[in-house]
Amino acid sequence: MATLAEARPSARIRVATLDNGLKVLIQEEHTAPLASVWCWYKVGSKDERPGLTGASHWVEHMNFKGTTNIPRDQVKGIIEQFGGSWNGYTWIDQTTYLETATNDALDRMLFIEAERMARCLYHPDDCESERTVIISELNGGENDPDQFLDQELTATAFKAHPYRHPTIGWLSDLQSMTRDDLYGYYRRYYIPNNAVLVIVGDLETEAVLRRVEHYFGDIPAGPEPLRQKTIEPVQTGERRVTIRKDGATAYLKVAYHAPAIDDARFFPLLVLDAVLTGAKGVNLWSSFREPPPQRRARLYTALVERGIASSISGALLPTEQPFLYYLSATATTGTSLATIEGVLLEELEQVRARGITLAELDKAKAQLGARFVFDNDSISSIAHQIGYFETIASVDVFSGLSARVQAVTLEAVNDAAQLLQTSNRTVGLFDPPPVG
Amino acid sequence: MARIAAPEVRTTNRPVGLAPFRTVLPNGAVVVVKETQRTPSVTMNVAVRSGAVCDPVGRPGAMNLLTRVIDRGTMARSALQIAEELDGRGVTLSIGVTRHLVSIVCTCLSDDFESLMSLLAEIIISPSLPEDELAVRRGEVITAIGQDEDSPAVRSTEGLMEMLYGPDHPYGWRLKGSRAVVEGIGREDLLELHAARFAPSELTAVVVGDVEVATALDIANRAFGRWQVPPPVPVPLGRPSVSAIRRRAVIPMMNKAQTDIAYGFISVARSDPAFYAHWLMNNALGQYALGGRLGDSIRERQGMAYSVSSALEAQIIEGPLLIRAGVSPENVDRAIASIDQELANLRSEGLTERELTESRNYLIGSMPRTLETNAGVANFLQRAEVFGLGTDFDVRVNDLLREVTLDDVNAAARRALDPDRASIVVAGPYDAQ
Repeated sequence: MATLAEARPSARIRVATLDNGLKVLIQEEHTAPLASVWCWYKVGSKDERPGLTGASHWVEHMNFKGTTNIPRDQVKGIIEQFGGSWNGYTWIDQTTYLETATNDALDRMLFIEAERMARCLYHPDDCESERTVIISELNGGENDPDQFLDQELTATAFKAHPYRHPTIGWLSDLQSMTRDDLYGYYRRYYIPNNAVLVIVGDLETEAVLRRVEHYFGDIPAGPEPLRQKTIEPVQTGERRVTIRKDGATAYLKVAYHAPAIDDARFFPLLVLDAVLTGAKGVNLWSSFREPPPQRRARLYTALVERGIASSISGALLPTEQPFLYYLSATATTGTSLATIEGVLLEELEQVRARGITLAELDKAKAQLGARFVFDNDSISSIAHQIGYFETIASVDVFSGLSARVQAVTLEAVNDAAQLLQTSNRTVGLFDPPPVG
Repeated sequence: MARIAAPEVRTTNRPVGLAPFRTVLPNGAVVVVKETQRTPSVTMNVAVRSGAVCDPVGRPGAMNLLTRVIDRGTMARSALQIAEELDGRGVTLSIGVTRHLVSIVCTCLSDDFESLMSLLAEIIISPSLPEDELAVRRGEVITAIGQDEDSPAVRSTEGLMEMLYGPDHPYGWRLKGSRAVVEGIGREDLLELHAARFAPSELTAVVVGDVEVATALDIANRAFGRWQVPPPVPVPLGRPSVSAIRRRAVIPMMNKAQTDIAYGFISVARSDPAFYAHWLMNNALGQYALGGRLGDSIRERQGMAYSVSSALEAQIIEGPLLIRAGVSPENVDRAIASIDQELANLRSEGLTERELTESRNYLIGSMPRTLETNAGVANFLQRAEVFGLGTDFDVRVNDLLREVTLDDVNAAARRALDPDRASIVVAGPYDAQ
């Protein structure tokens, strides 16, 4: 049976661990007759070795292809019969699957996730048809210059750590990976002791726990997956990548190696990003769908209000290991990338040399505080954040977001600004040649 | 084969029904309020029926440009003051234009509701459209037009809309217009457009969130109640003529990795009683379980595309039914042939009873999710107002869907989907030879 209440990171989140190692987090939310189930696996593209890049994502696709007890043609419709939504995503640290539906579909959602954890089929024909689907997904991404530049910049910024390769994988690996590669990867990482199950909704916690035990309790634990141990060496000089490719618009991206979520500099850097580009929050699932309040942000006023860029954005995402802080600008038609780069780097140098003001600190905290409220407006969003933070660090981080931001001091922000130094920087340019 | 076990868990289903409060102010503005207590926040969805169909003839993109600058200064506040107001409160603000609406959607903390509603009213009623702000926003729009022109997905879809509706119909125009047109639009043009098309008779303000109904009504009344402008002259909107032949165009974009296919028809108006049958038919065709029949054929069985789906666009007049797919260049012809085949099968054999049941269950069952967030409720109520569906539409919609029969759906398929009269635009690295 479940070992209940190991810890109580939040008065509202119930934490339990089954005997097979599956960690379960439940939060009751009675605002609508809905339930959201997310099953997280601690496997992402950082766990892939050369030759297998893209395996985590491809495995995610394969896990919608039928199980021992769910026919292939029913997997995708099984939740929609309840009016529910379902999805999955893979990123650098984790892979997750979700269903949100009316609460009477809870059993079905749990059943699907238990099947997915233990009994996916990996029929060779399905592996082959999905190979071309994923290559199509890759090509679709390459149609977007901004996305293409992002991929090239990341690969340049890292020279050793596997965060360097794209989650979708490199084309040659997608062409050569076999069914056995994929199935072996699946069996290695899809075990209860490498998973976190999150359930939020209009439900009763104790009843939910009993259902979880019913569906997942018999799935055996597996050997603890091996983890890559590479640490990215400290960057010792600026790196640059320039893409000369036909296109209508020029893009600039600048990336700095940034602290992981458990680093004390993470939240000060998040505040600094709010000062530079407007507060987005930290919810990968929803934060970036709405425009941030950024009209008085430093880089917006320097670039967009002056008409040299049509957009500027910043992205500092919580990650398990040190990743990147990105700044992305789109050049207005007729503006050179050199002009934008000059202004942007000058602004960054200013903030590095002189820091931010107390008024800016207060405003950034208010913005982030509002974002955290907005980010909790649906059970899917709440469940996403609980699982996301538990996968990369601890659910305690989610529970304490507001407090951590409020505790950020001016000195801490100004210390974090020292990350924006030249030797820690990678510059990426998508610079289409002149037409004609 | 074993089937899914279905043990039951006790649930606490409650009767649905938003029951928002709706009132019409003496000046004709509509205010709809729904109090919720999900989070200490409020979403305002304020729309004016002055979308891109109001673009002056020969100036498509004018309304879009107006929406880009409308919030950059009012008669009472400078752009800087507005920026400080928005940023200081951590507000989320989006302004968008569709065929028929200009919409401002704003989410703020409950304590900031009154200030923000007042600001939104100023933005809508008395924008100052400063020259310097217009110059910057014009540059942004021109850049965005360039990005669209470099996107096979956008080019194929815009190309299809022009093919379906023709260059003289507003539905066939690009929402952002062209660079040449946008460069030629000045401040006086936009002030004139605003004066001609923005009026309280065209406005609906929906407020959803942690605010009492009486308080929200009082604040909305103070914000919009004194606005006195006569109703604008209606925009004549001709009914589109349905193509009698199959048409196909190719937009070569050889710098791209993947080709986008846009394949479509003119369908039915939102007010057509057959809309619900078309809605269900479209769900089964190109939405249910990751792309419906199209997804099952093109993505699942043939592995040709990551994305393939169909969309039925609800509009005031006959809207489009659009099928879109992104495929590698060598698969373009095969993908189009597969779409043809699926449509032909649907026309000749119809849906199965099971497919209809699944799609109906999905659309009915998805209502609680649609109405989970303040923004979701506000969007739903705004659309109900636009299409005259009533404040009880969330309750009635389920019965409207249940009343649709298999014969209705199959009649909709025969009416809407004829490969011999399809319009098709292909954009990407594709050689038509």
